[in-house]
This record gives sequence, C-alpha cells and structure tokens, in this order.
Amino acid sequence: MPLELVANVTIAGLLTGLVYGLMALGLSVIFGVVRVVNFAHGEMMTIAMYAAVVLFAAFGMDPFIALFPVAAVFFLFGYALQAGLINPFITRPEHTQFMLVLAVAIIMVNGLLMAFGPDARNVPVDYALDSFGIGPLLLDKVRVYAAVAAVAAAGGLFLFFKFTPTGSAIRACADNNLGAKVVGLNVKRYYALTFGLGSACVGAAGCLMVLLVDVTPVLGPGYTLLAFIIVIVGGLGSMAGALLGGVLIGVSEALAGLYFTPSAKSMFSFALLILVLLLRPQGLLGKRS
Amino acid sequence: MLLMAVLTAALLILPAFADTYILSVAILILYFAYLGQAWNVMMGFCGQLSLGHSLYVGVGAYVSAALFVHFGIQPWLGVWAAVLACMAAGAAIGVLAFRFGIGGVYFALLTIAFAEFTRIGFDHLRWVGGSGGFFLHVAQREFNDVLALRGSPAMFYYVMLVATVAAFVFCAWLLHTRIGYYWQAIREDPEAAQALGINTFRYKMLAIVISSGMSAFGGVFFAFYYNNLFPEQIFSMSRSIEIILGPIIGGIGTLFGPILGAAVLTVLAEGITELMAAFGWEIPGVKQVFYGACLLAVIVFVPRGIWPALARCLGLESRGKGPRDG
Repeated sequence: MPLELVANVTIAGLLTGLVYGLMALGLSVIFGVVRVVNFAHGEMMTIAMYAAVVLFAAFGMDPFIALFPVAAVFFLFGYALQAGLINPFITRPEHTQFMLVLAVAIIMVNGLLMAFGPDARNVPVDYALDSFGIGPLLLDKVRVYAAVAAVAAAGGLFLFFKFTPTGSAIRACADNNLGAKVVGLNVKRYYALTFGLGSACVGAAGCLMVLLVDVTPVLGPGYTLLAFIIVIVGGLGSMAGALLGGVLIGVSEALAGLYFTPSAKSMFSFALLILVLLLRPQGLLGKRS
Repeated sequence: MLLMAVLTAALLILPAFADTYILSVAILILYFAYLGQAWNVMMGFCGQLSLGHSLYVGVGAYVSAALFVHFGIQPWLGVWAAVLACMAAGAAIGVLAFRFGIGGVYFALLTIAFAEFTRIGFDHLRWVGGSGGFFLHVAQREFNDVLALRGSPAMFYYVMLVATVAAFVFCAWLLHTRIGYYWQAIREDPEAAQALGINTFRYKMLAIVISSGMSAFGGVFFAFYYNNLFPEQIFSMSRSIEIILGPIIGGIGTLFGPILGAAVLTVLAEGITELMAAFGWEIPGVKQVFYGACLLAVIVFVPRGIWPALARCLGLESRGKGPRDG
C-alpha cells in the first residue's frame, strides 16, 4: 500500500479525531463532575448537526459561525435539563438515572426522525472540496479548520476550568462533593452549569462534525457509545485525555477502514475499549483513584 | 388468590379464543417477561448492571440455528449447546470484569462493548450468513412438534408460557436460598458482604452465568419462532435496552416486576401503533416519541417500578424485596 495513502488517511483520522475529542470532552466534563451517565450525548450531537444544517439552509450561515449560537442554545438547554430533570435524580441509583436519560434520548432520536425524516442531510459549503497540499500530503480544508476549531474550543474550556473562580468551584464539586457543600457552594447550581458547558461542547462539536459526515437521526446512539469509548480510553476527568482518546479512535477507525472494511471500523474501537478497561481502567491519562 | 386463579385460567385457554394478532402480542409479552426475569437475576438480585444481554440472546439463537441448519441437530439438543456457549461467554466477561474490579457504569459499558464487538463479528461471519441474515426453513404449520420447535403459534405460546413460569419459579426459589441472600447482600453493600466472608467474586460469577444461560433459551426460542436472524437486530444495543426496560418499569429485583413490566410495555407499544394507524398518522418516529414520553413519566413518578407501587395499593407484601432507595 503506498505510503502517501496511509499517511493521508492517518492524518484525516487524526483531524476527525480532534472533533471526536471535543464531543467526548463534553461527556467527560459531565460524567466527571455530575457523575451522571449522559446516554443522550450522541443524540444531542445529532441535534446540533441538524441545527447547523437548518441554519445553513435558512440563512446560509457557515457552520463555523453557526457553532456560536448553537453552543449558546445548547448551554441553556443543558442547564435546564440538569436543573429541571436530572438534579432530583442525583442521589438515586445509577440505573434509574440511566433510564431517565435514555428516555430523553429516545424522544430526541425519534423527534429528529419526525422532523427531518430518515434521509441523510449535509451542509454543502463551497469550500467543501478544497484541500491544502503539503508535499505529497493532501489535507481537506474543512477537516483542518474543524480540527483547529475543536482544539480552540477545548483550550478555552481548559482555561475556564483552570483560571476562573467558577471553574475552580466546579472542580471542587467534582473532587469533594461534601467538602464543596461544607464551604457553601451551591452544588446543584454548579452541576447545572457543568451540564450546560458539556452540552455547549457537544453543540459546537456537532456543528463541526456535520462538515465531515452526512447526518441522519439514527447516528445518535453510535456517537453516544463513541464518546464513552473515547472518555474511558483517554481517562475520566482528564481533558487532554479526551482529546488523546479522540485522536486514537479517529486514527484507528481510519486505518481499519483502509486495511479491512469500513463496516468493521468500530470493532477496533470496542476492542480498544475492552483492552483499556482491563489493563488500565483509569484510562491512558487518568489518575488512579 | 382468586385473582391469580382467574389469571392462570385465562393464560391457559388464551390460544383457544385469541386471534393470530393477540396471540403474537401475548408471545412477545412472555418472551420479554422471560428475558427480563433472566436479566433481573444479575441486576435485580446481585446488583450488576448489564446493558449487553442481547449478546447472550444472539449467541444462543445463532448457536442453535447453526447446529440445526448445518448439521440437522434438533433444537432440544441444540438448546443445551446454546446454554453452554452463553454460560461460557458470560463466565468470560465475568472473569475479566470482576477479577479486574470493574463495577457500576464501567461494567455496564464493558457489557455493551462485548455485545457490539460480537455484533460486528457476526456481521462478517459468512458461515452464518453475515450481515445478509441467517434463515431457517419456514415451519410446518400443520402439525406441532414441540421437540423440534416446529408448529403453530399456539404451540410457541405454550412453550414460552412454560418457560416464563419455570423462570419465575426458579428465581423465587433462588431468592430464598443461600445464594439469593448472598446476592442481595452484595447488591446492597459489596464491601460489607465481603467483610462478612462472602466470596463476592464467586457469587457474582454465579449470577452472570445463570443469567446468561437463562437468556440463551430466549435466543433459541427467537430463532425458531421467527426463522430469521440478523446480527444488526438481535445483537443491537436497543435490543438489550428492550430487555431491561420491562424489569425496570415493572420493579427491579422483584419477581412479578419483569412480567408486569413486559406486559405494560408491549401493550403500550402495540396500543400506540394501533392508535397511530387509527388516526392515519404515518410519520416515522411518532410512536417512539410517545413511548419515550411514557417511559419518562414512569421513571419520574414511579421510580421504583409499577409492581412495588401496585403491591402497596393492593395491600400485598412486596415479595421480591426490591433494592432500597439509594
């Protein structure tokens, strides 16, 4: 197999992986702080993808612009979801929370099916087929831009958590729930805030992803699983881990599609998940608890 | 007691007056009640959340169907091979997960990963048809042959009824053995259970092996009742979720919960389909949106399940001792 082809496929997988990473980052933040298994994560991703499609069709809005309003709306939606529906379930057993979010996910997938039908949609931006040539390498323009935007969004979130008082407060809630309550933090409000931030991440990731793949309503559950695989492979609660996990999965999918058949690509992701769970359950960059 | 007697009589004579449609719904209810009972052994009794039970159903279905189609081995023999294969699969997952101390959400994700991995594997397994599907010869409907699992829907109804009752009796018996009490101790507090000297690894293994073995029969039944198998359908995560919805809605850890939950959900799903047809709404997805909304309502308003709430209303003592509110 020609080396250039392998290199091109690997780099494309890496760039896609960074967008996966942003999606998984949203899940990591929610799972790491609120400790709720957001089984509607991939479904939220598809909603964001459809939002970008609609904004482009109605106003000709470029998805790179659309990601700002979409992320803002997703923040409010996530905040409301956590404050209204999930907060009362925080102290309930895990399976009850899981069923709650799952019911929301079922409504989301089928709501999209009702609204848009089962056909695939995309965003036909006029630079969709442009590419950068670096020596023998050909990089898709949209893929490069999407990856850069994903890294920028992830970096912004990292700075927020590291340097703002609110960010520190959220980290306090995650590290020591009881301690956070003792020092007077309104934990439930920070939970809602965190769910909002995680949702904003997935909203932005959806706008970027729709540039790379066509969207159908049934993509949701697959993305949910993918996000979980990435978060667990990378390490729960590690922001760099989410991006690293995304890149690993992106590259392994791309190479599996090249060397085997594209339909077998997620088999490698699941194999990777099983290996990581067994050999290093805290994830590649996670801290041992 | 009277209620129970009437219900039993109704279940026994149902095929005599029900039409094909009602009978097919009844079979579906029993099928999900049986699988729910099997899943409940792991989650309801022992507290191990499996989201990959479609793996055992699928493996059970494919093993018995492959033996039948390729070697002509009758299902009453093939079912034992299927049960053994599923027990082996369950044991393998159990050893990996419980030895490495994987619990809670991580265990649930591991079970999904194994089920999905197997699904994609079967998609590429030419010997059993791959993603194109695997087909059994269509059943002879003229005569009933219980041992060969070939016959009329009424025969399948009675087979599934016997299996569901057997699973119920088996689980009721299990709950009152030493094993059942150990499981409940592990479910409520694994560390305390370990401190009391319970070998938690051994009893968790027992739970996953029994649960997967029971699920295998569900798969065998599925294969011979529907006569076609697609990895995309039988191994899918949504199938696992369908299995676990019944016991969760009905009341996790209770004996009547899985049966009640399966009945409520199946009737609800069929009722919504009928209603949509009556109104002439042919938009895809409407049914599932209603279904999701009903599910949401049950989880928000009756979080411990319908059976415990119903039992309290009827003044019955909750027999199955569901888990405490966390």
